[in-house]
Amino acid sequence: MSTWPILSLLVFLPVAGIAFLALTGRGGAENDRNARDVTLWTSLANLALAIVLAVRFDPGKDGFQFVEHAAWLPELGVAYHVGVDGISVLFILLTTLLVPICIVASWTTVVERVRSWMVAFLAMEALMIGVFVARDALLFYVFFEAILIPMFLIIGIWGGERRVHAAFKFVLYTLAGSVLFLIAILTLASLAGSTDMDLLEHTPIAIDAQRWIWIAMFASFAVKVPMWPLHTWLPDAHVQAPTAGSVILAGVLLKLGGYGFIRFSLPMLPAASAEFMPLVYVLSAVAILYTSLVALMQRDMKRLIAYSSVAHMGVVTLGLFTASARAISGAIVQMLSHGLVSAALFLVVGVVYDRRHSREIADYGGLVHSMPRYAVLFMLFALAAVGLPATSGFVGEFLVIVGVFPVSAVFAACAAAGMVLSAAYMLWLYRRVVFGGVPAGPPLPDLDRRETGMFLPLAILVLLLGIQPDFVFQLIEGPSAELAARLLAAQAGGGA
Amino acid sequence: MTGLTPALLGALPELVLAVGATVLTMVGPFVVDQRRAWLTRAALLTLVVALALVPTPPDGLIFGGLFVVDGFGKFMKILVLGATAWTLLIAEEGRQSASMRAFEYPVLVLFSALGMLATVSANNLMSLYLGLEMMSIPLYVLTALKRESRHAGEAGIKYFVLGALASALLLYGCALLYGFTGTTDFDALAVALPDAPPLGAAAGLVFLVAGIAFKLSAAPFHMWTPDVYEGAPTPVTAFLAAAPKVAAGALMLRVLFGPLIGLADVWMPAIAVLAVLSMTVGAFGALRQTGLKRLLAYGTIGHSGYIFVGIAAGTPEGIHGACVYLAIYLVMTIGAFACLLAMHRSHQPFEQVEHLAGIGRRRPMFALAFSALLLSMAGLPPLAGFLAKLYVFRAAVEADLFWLAVVGVLASVVAAAYYFRVVYVMYFADGDEDFEHMPGRRITWTVTATALTALLFLIVAPVVVEAAARAAGTLGL
Repeated sequence: MSTWPILSLLVFLPVAGIAFLALTGRGGAENDRNARDVTLWTSLANLALAIVLAVRFDPGKDGFQFVEHAAWLPELGVAYHVGVDGISVLFILLTTLLVPICIVASWTTVVERVRSWMVAFLAMEALMIGVFVARDALLFYVFFEAILIPMFLIIGIWGGERRVHAAFKFVLYTLAGSVLFLIAILTLASLAGSTDMDLLEHTPIAIDAQRWIWIAMFASFAVKVPMWPLHTWLPDAHVQAPTAGSVILAGVLLKLGGYGFIRFSLPMLPAASAEFMPLVYVLSAVAILYTSLVALMQRDMKRLIAYSSVAHMGVVTLGLFTASARAISGAIVQMLSHGLVSAALFLVVGVVYDRRHSREIADYGGLVHSMPRYAVLFMLFALAAVGLPATSGFVGEFLVIVGVFPVSAVFAACAAAGMVLSAAYMLWLYRRVVFGGVPAGPPLPDLDRRETGMFLPLAILVLLLGIQPDFVFQLIEGPSAELAARLLAAQAGGGA
Repeated sequence: MTGLTPALLGALPELVLAVGATVLTMVGPFVVDQRRAWLTRAALLTLVVALALVPTPPDGLIFGGLFVVDGFGKFMKILVLGATAWTLLIAEEGRQSASMRAFEYPVLVLFSALGMLATVSANNLMSLYLGLEMMSIPLYVLTALKRESRHAGEAGIKYFVLGALASALLLYGCALLYGFTGTTDFDALAVALPDAPPLGAAAGLVFLVAGIAFKLSAAPFHMWTPDVYEGAPTPVTAFLAAAPKVAAGALMLRVLFGPLIGLADVWMPAIAVLAVLSMTVGAFGALRQTGLKRLLAYGTIGHSGYIFVGIAAGTPEGIHGACVYLAIYLVMTIGAFACLLAMHRSHQPFEQVEHLAGIGRRRPMFALAFSALLLSMAGLPPLAGFLAKLYVFRAAVEADLFWLAVVGVLASVVAAAYYFRVVYVMYFADGDEDFEHMPGRRITWTVTATALTALLFLIVAPVVVEAAARAAGTLGL
């Protein structure tokens, strides 16, 4: 057990960065450069801390590690309680990896209000890590919902032409879901007398109450995932958000919904989760098939990737709500993989957008001639999105399909069909953008060192996760087996 | 109960205010214009001394049971006096015109504060009525104080006429209660009311609650609020929006959980209806507003709805939630109006939402502070307002009023839309009109302090929550 509060450090180091940025002077090119440097080094230091955390984390032990506990609002049963298990560790790694990449990605593209931009990103980082370490439901909620404010500003200030519409849609959709989650937390707290998540997981709740609480939580998480038909805010937000905003949105924010299912719905309300399984299955299947078809028809690259995200997250929800350790592990791996791959794909779009200022597929073609390095990396990430073996995408989707198959061959087939469709839209996108005729205009220059630098860690991890995923499984085996056991017990209890 | 000394000791803060206000009334006319600032300083000193004396008197009944001194009253008195002093402090910079610099201004504020203290500690229908009137009449005058402004005059008349109507309703309610029970004493009422004819008692209750709801600007008694907020000079609006709301909220709590607790079955659904109406009127009414003061007025209507959510629960948790809400509401309101006072151009108020366009670029710290205050009012975590809403919703959930909590949170989403709209104008929209001069030191200081409170409240929350819990614990039940 650690003697120094590494989790609080992870949360509050970015806050220290914000304080530093706020206290240093304003305006001027030099100041902007300083702001970039400070933010990059802060986020890299946080990445180093996260790696230390991952190394010192002992996957052999049950339960949560690096626990910190401090009284906060005792008569409400709320405490500052943080801790991590294997799943949290992975998501913390993902977050701390993507934030410096976002900073690098916006190094030359964000030139207005640089300091505010950096503050927003550091705030996002602190809050996202906060969500992944929180072991108190109310603390979780505070972090979970506070993310809306910096994201609203990121889309609204630095976004595209219709940024205001997108920012409001994003906030109102997610807020409407989240407030019901708050009622759910308050109900749980009044039943258990505390908002401690360890305690809530072991509080038996009557099935009637479980149903209502489950629906309220589902409203929140399903919007965040997003699940069909609550996904319509996502394409708008993605298209209008600046590149780095899309990266963090696809890479981490979309995972919060799934993470919420893992931390709340499944362990605390297993009976209701088992009961609502068919609903989740149907919604996931529709998401996979329908949004894949929609993606096929898109002319805007970011929109296409946004819809493919919905489809991929459909596979995640399908796996999470299957009472099999394999499917749940698969879903978690798929979340991580999607975090890497979709983030990379938005960067891929961002790179050409910076050069030609268009997201239309039709405006591009023949990039392979002038941008060979770009073409190779794009190929790798496109294939990972398709789920080709030896990439991270394959591991997750395959495990989910294998896990779902014994429960329902039909839904497993839907997931498999989703893989086929993803091959169709991704490869078609690739062909149209990278090959084909070269449109008029000067040839686009290939990736420079900064851009290559931001892609490389993602490419390495995508391959590593595809070829040697053991290090991930070590971390998530225990928790996903426990979740599956809870679901199985609930199903057996419901059937008897 | 024997002797005058304990009574006078118990009313020490009130006496200080009364003496201070009277002395200022007599001295005021002889003070030349250039020295008027000293009057405000003297009034501030009076308020601060009264504030410091609030905790001293021992708990108990004074003046033959007309007033009560207890922890709840002391908590609310601290809020009332603190808010009065603070709004008087920041008002100084907004009072440029001659009529606004009249010596009556600080005097009227002091008298109104005296009325609020009496209201908060009332233990008898008579003292309740007297306190409420003493609080309100100076407010009517203050609203119309800016004689050269037709809007102010109109707002003053509107406020006065509707306020008088509400007072009449309240008085009628008192009369009914007296008629059916034969007493005006709160403790005696609590005993006698359950045996009174149910219909008569309920009628008295309804009129009484309606009168107080008017002061709280709860829907459907909210009609005056947007017009008066807009018409009154901004320093007056700031005062109007802060301290009197706390006094009225405290009175509502004291009456419902004191003499009327026996009729809880009657008033709980009624208060729930008021809560739903206020929350929805506040949320939807604000959506179309272009003036910041009208927007904040609808915000106030919504906030009184949330306070009613806590009250409707009818539990100690509900009282606690309402107390926490009032305390947080107070700080956010003072902060928001300080921001408004900072927005001036050629001595003209500059108070449309669109005037804020581009402020995020030109005055980043001001925009940040104002955004923090507005989003805190919207109830977004991790800001202060979130905790306020959390406590009232928690009370509703624990009292099994799930529907009320759900309506409340959905209304708060709609409300968030308009608070976010102001933030959007500040940061996303382009504009190049700036305020004419930098706000003065007091306003800058107030904006900074309240915004920091909004941002960092979760850290200091336990202290406030604890104080509110102790206050709520001493009330009835």
